[in-house]
Amino acid sequence: MSPKTETVRHDDANEPNEKIVLRVSDLRVLTNAGDEILHGVDFALSRGEILGLVGESGSGKTTAGLACMGHFREGLKFGSGSVSIWPRGDATHLEVGDLDEVALRDLRGSRIAYIPQDPALSLNPAMRVGEQIREVLDIHGFGASEKERTDRVAEVLVDVGLPGDRAYQRRWPHQLSGGQQQRIGIAMAFAMYPDVLILDEPTTGLDVSTQSVVLDTIRQMTVANNVAGLYITHDLAVIKDISDRVAVMLRGDLVEEGPVSAVLERPQHEYTKMLMAAVPDLAGRKTIGDGAAEAKAVAEAVEKTHILVSAGEKSGDSETERTDADGATASARDGGGGVANAPLLEVKDVALAYGKAQILDGINLVLEPGECTMLLGESGSGKTTLSQCVAGLNDDYQGSVKLRGTELARSTRKRTNEQRVGIQYVFQSPFSSLNPRRSIGQSLTVPLEMSGEGTAVSRKAAVEEALDSVRLGRTFYHRRPGDLSGGERQRAAIARALVNAPSVMVCDEITSALDVSVQASIVALLRSLREERQLAMLFVTHNIALSRHIADNLAVLNQGKIVDYGPTAQVLEDPTHEYTRALIADVPKF
Amino acid sequence: MSTDANSLDDLKSAATDAAEVPKESATTYVPFYKRVLAQKQGKIGLTITVVIVVLALCGPLLLPWATGNTATQFVTKPFSPYGLFGSDNLGRDVLSRFLAGGVTLIVYGVLATALGMIVGALVGMLAAYIGGTFDAVIMRINDVFLAIPQLVFALLAITVLGPQGWVLVTVIGLTHAPRIARVARSATLGVITEDYIKAAEMYAMPRWKVLIRELLPNITGPLSVEAGLRLTYSIGYIASLSFLGLGLQPPAADWGLMINENRIALSIQPWGVLLPVVAIALLTIGTNLLADSFARATASTSVEA
Amino acid sequence: MFGKVIGKRLLFSAFILIAVSLLVFGATLLLPGDAARAILGQQATPERIAALNEQLGLDQPAWQRYFTWLGGLFVGDFGTSSATGGSVGALLGDRIGASFILMGLAAIISVPLGIGLGVYQALHRGKRRDQAMTGVSLVLAAMPEFVIGIGLIAIFATSVFQILPAVTLAPPGEPVWNRPEQLILPTLTLILVVTPYIVRMMRATMIEVLDSGFVEMARLKGVPEKRVIMRHAVPHALGPVAQVVAIQLAWLAGGVVVVEFLFRYPGLGQALIDAVTYRDVQVVQAISMLVAAVYVVVNLAADVVGILTNPKLRSAA
Repeated sequence: MSPKTETVRHDDANEPNEKIVLRVSDLRVLTNAGDEILHGVDFALSRGEILGLVGESGSGKTTAGLACMGHFREGLKFGSGSVSIWPRGDATHLEVGDLDEVALRDLRGSRIAYIPQDPALSLNPAMRVGEQIREVLDIHGFGASEKERTDRVAEVLVDVGLPGDRAYQRRWPHQLSGGQQQRIGIAMAFAMYPDVLILDEPTTGLDVSTQSVVLDTIRQMTVANNVAGLYITHDLAVIKDISDRVAVMLRGDLVEEGPVSAVLERPQHEYTKMLMAAVPDLAGRKTIGDGAAEAKAVAEAVEKTHILVSAGEKSGDSETERTDADGATASARDGGGGVANAPLLEVKDVALAYGKAQILDGINLVLEPGECTMLLGESGSGKTTLSQCVAGLNDDYQGSVKLRGTELARSTRKRTNEQRVGIQYVFQSPFSSLNPRRSIGQSLTVPLEMSGEGTAVSRKAAVEEALDSVRLGRTFYHRRPGDLSGGERQRAAIARALVNAPSVMVCDEITSALDVSVQASIVALLRSLREERQLAMLFVTHNIALSRHIADNLAVLNQGKIVDYGPTAQVLEDPTHEYTRALIADVPKF
Repeated sequence: MSTDANSLDDLKSAATDAAEVPKESATTYVPFYKRVLAQKQGKIGLTITVVIVVLALCGPLLLPWATGNTATQFVTKPFSPYGLFGSDNLGRDVLSRFLAGGVTLIVYGVLATALGMIVGALVGMLAAYIGGTFDAVIMRINDVFLAIPQLVFALLAITVLGPQGWVLVTVIGLTHAPRIARVARSATLGVITEDYIKAAEMYAMPRWKVLIRELLPNITGPLSVEAGLRLTYSIGYIASLSFLGLGLQPPAADWGLMINENRIALSIQPWGVLLPVVAIALLTIGTNLLADSFARATASTSVEA
Repeated sequence: MFGKVIGKRLLFSAFILIAVSLLVFGATLLLPGDAARAILGQQATPERIAALNEQLGLDQPAWQRYFTWLGGLFVGDFGTSSATGGSVGALLGDRIGASFILMGLAAIISVPLGIGLGVYQALHRGKRRDQAMTGVSLVLAAMPEFVIGIGLIAIFATSVFQILPAVTLAPPGEPVWNRPEQLILPTLTLILVVTPYIVRMMRATMIEVLDSGFVEMARLKGVPEKRVIMRHAVPHALGPVAQVVAIQLAWLAGGVVVVEFLFRYPGLGQALIDAVTYRDVQVVQAISMLVAAVYVVVNLAADVVGILTNPKLRSAA
């Protein structure tokens, strides 16, 4: 047994009192091999209140949540401790750990309900939605008659904002949208008037407007039914929005707990403080990843860049605030007859259609050295398609992409070497962008091999330098992607993009799959790279909160069209388009 | 190189990436053969296979030393003292014929498997990589070949071309190809959407290089499982064809043929049947166990009990 | 809609059969130049060679031969056997029934058995009995069917016990079910060969389904375990397993050949071997087409099962 970490508590709401419905004491969960996953966790859920359980990946938050129902995923088992529940109307409590299978089953779905993360995965695709809600009622013997149960199904559907009629109930899950599926999940959970509700990241993967509707529904239903809720998530902005109390978990320990405002505004534990510092906020009141960035000694002020210098002018647009002093030596490079005064990257009238669907429509963007433009869009907006067109991965479009005034061939295979080298692309998934069967060094050497520069020795040196500049270090040369964490892999992917010293870097949702703290360090890294090398960046994301932290300009993409475009502060404070306004309004503010 | 904030970051980054269940961080990569040998299927399978293969390959060399006969020479005395396992239906020494009878089976089996693997893997990979009409056409052709069981196909070929060695190897090998192509294709489809393939294309890597350097190493898992299975079936089919009298022709010594020749006398002189039957059984069980251990070793890159 | 999807599959199956017929017929074009002589052997008289040439239509151009043959198939005329001189159809007639009995018995027993055992194993995964059963499956699946057959004969007919006949004793013409004990060993052999595959696939599919999100959700809703398995898990495993079952049943059409030879069972398989031995091309062609037809029909049935169990396809109306 590992020693238990002391939890920092802001008040004593955790002490036994009448309002508590579920209480977890000194809970330890082990793997089948005997390793401890949870090292003695205590928290309590009170009636009518939502406790947010927050942590990054590996914190054990889902394990703790599921343990409240006596459920352990494959490979895990109960160690020691207690989970006690006081069901409505009972004077004494039940020990979840003591219950047998039958009793546990009775509890689940009726007294303790669960709302899972991915509704598409948790609804039986071969069962109609009405039937799935009905099933919960049938099993737990709701009411006295068939009719009561049928009525209840319709009633709870209406409660969550869906039609309650028979026709709707007869639908299959795949006929509903993500948000609707999730609301079916909510309906299933509330059907039996439960005492405790465990929500496992239920809005991850939904777009912002749907998310805000679903959060509203959850809040309403919880209060109306006087239910105690446990909201498990990694998204601190959502926690602020919906929960009353928050508990922070780190690798199996509960490190801090208290009312939401207290913990988030006056964090006391080291980890909580670090977490708060790393969360991006829309108003941009801090610089995320700051500590990480500034403490790094910039080992070599990297001199190699390919900056457009036309007729002796240094690139003048400085929207970034940093020194020019150790800036880069300008090596004037022409991509074959470059036009003087042309912007570094120009996207003009790009349009793309698949069959009848217009994916992109009349896109115009301009990028200058050292500038970062954020391309903001939700899923389906076409942002990835656009970024791939710019990078040459997608050649189906009309319009032009110009690098220093020269129009680029649509597909990278047809571009010249210099043009290819000029624009580099970093993929979203760190798990998919590196070949698992080759070492990091080998994968990073590929761009150099393909551009045919230098010898094996000089290539190795270039790769090592790139690894250094992303703060990974040369020791990573021989390691394989499987040995690296998500954040490290993403740094390696960025290094691969840097190895050829490009002028433009296109980053496609590169932090979306990463934890908040890792995201902060990557953002800091990108910031320093921009400063050192005068890199122009196109940063594609759906997370508007990042905008002030990384972007000089903001372009909002909605259904293939750019609806708002301009300097970040301007777009955020004075949006011109309805869509942007709604987005800013709906986003949970930190 | 690190500050407090960053070491915390590194520590947590080192924990896990996405799963709710924390798995062991940074499992080091264990080479394939070690993973195979770590399991009991792998150990047993390899042992059995090696024993039988060695027996079969060295048999003909041991023959004069072990028994003093050739495989086809008639021993004058039935059940003579130096005939350990007695003599067969025609009076030839069973042990001699047994020692000589495995080589062809194994050689043909390996050749057929190799032929099938090369053709099938290539076709499957290309179909998935090129996609479009090419893929559709290849798959239809595949479906046509799959409509006839391998054995029936072999019988058809033998009817037309005669029971010759090269016919057996070629037809069994070529009928493996569509089945292997299916596996290769679906494995490739699983890999082709990965971003590192897109990255390689983005860097304008020549297509053949993408296939060999980026794709192929990532499908060796399923392919090795197929290879093990196909070897098992090759040996099975070729032995069956010999048993049916359509493989090696008498008076050649061959395990399948021996079984057929001697089964009349099964109740009185079992060794003529039992020795080759047990050998074939053990060989196929060995290769199948190996194939199974390949499958388990492919499932994860760390060593599992 | 539903009918349209089935219609498409039917069309596709017909196409496959046509292509197979081309393949089967094409094989005969590989016959050595002097085909008739090769078939009849060195001692053949010129008259017999001429007669065979005419019979096989070797004097006609290939495409004409193809269509004659194909047309014949549709009306049940499978050509003339070069070994017996008689009609192939007559030769195969009663044997088809015998083979189908064998295949049918084997299928009826092995499919439910395989599915049941696979589900059982999946529910008890990791435990001793699961591991033991996997081991047995691996061993059985590895061996060629004649090895299993000989093993059974050795155990039950000749050496250990002597309770079952090692060969079919019925004189030709007598229906095989007159002496049911002679059906036991051949059927048992087929069952032992086919069942392990079905068990393995069912186990793997079932495990995948049991690990899926909606099964976990059902458990977390408090659904009793029995209902979780029967109502939530099994229906999702049937679709993929139907495919595997189809492949096994189609394989049976080929596997039956060796078994019939081993037990001297008077079925299609035996006829096929004889035909191959005497290079009786027409018979081999006819049986090949029959076997392909079985494969196509069985696969069509599997596709139908797959469609019925997948509501996405059902509701694509």
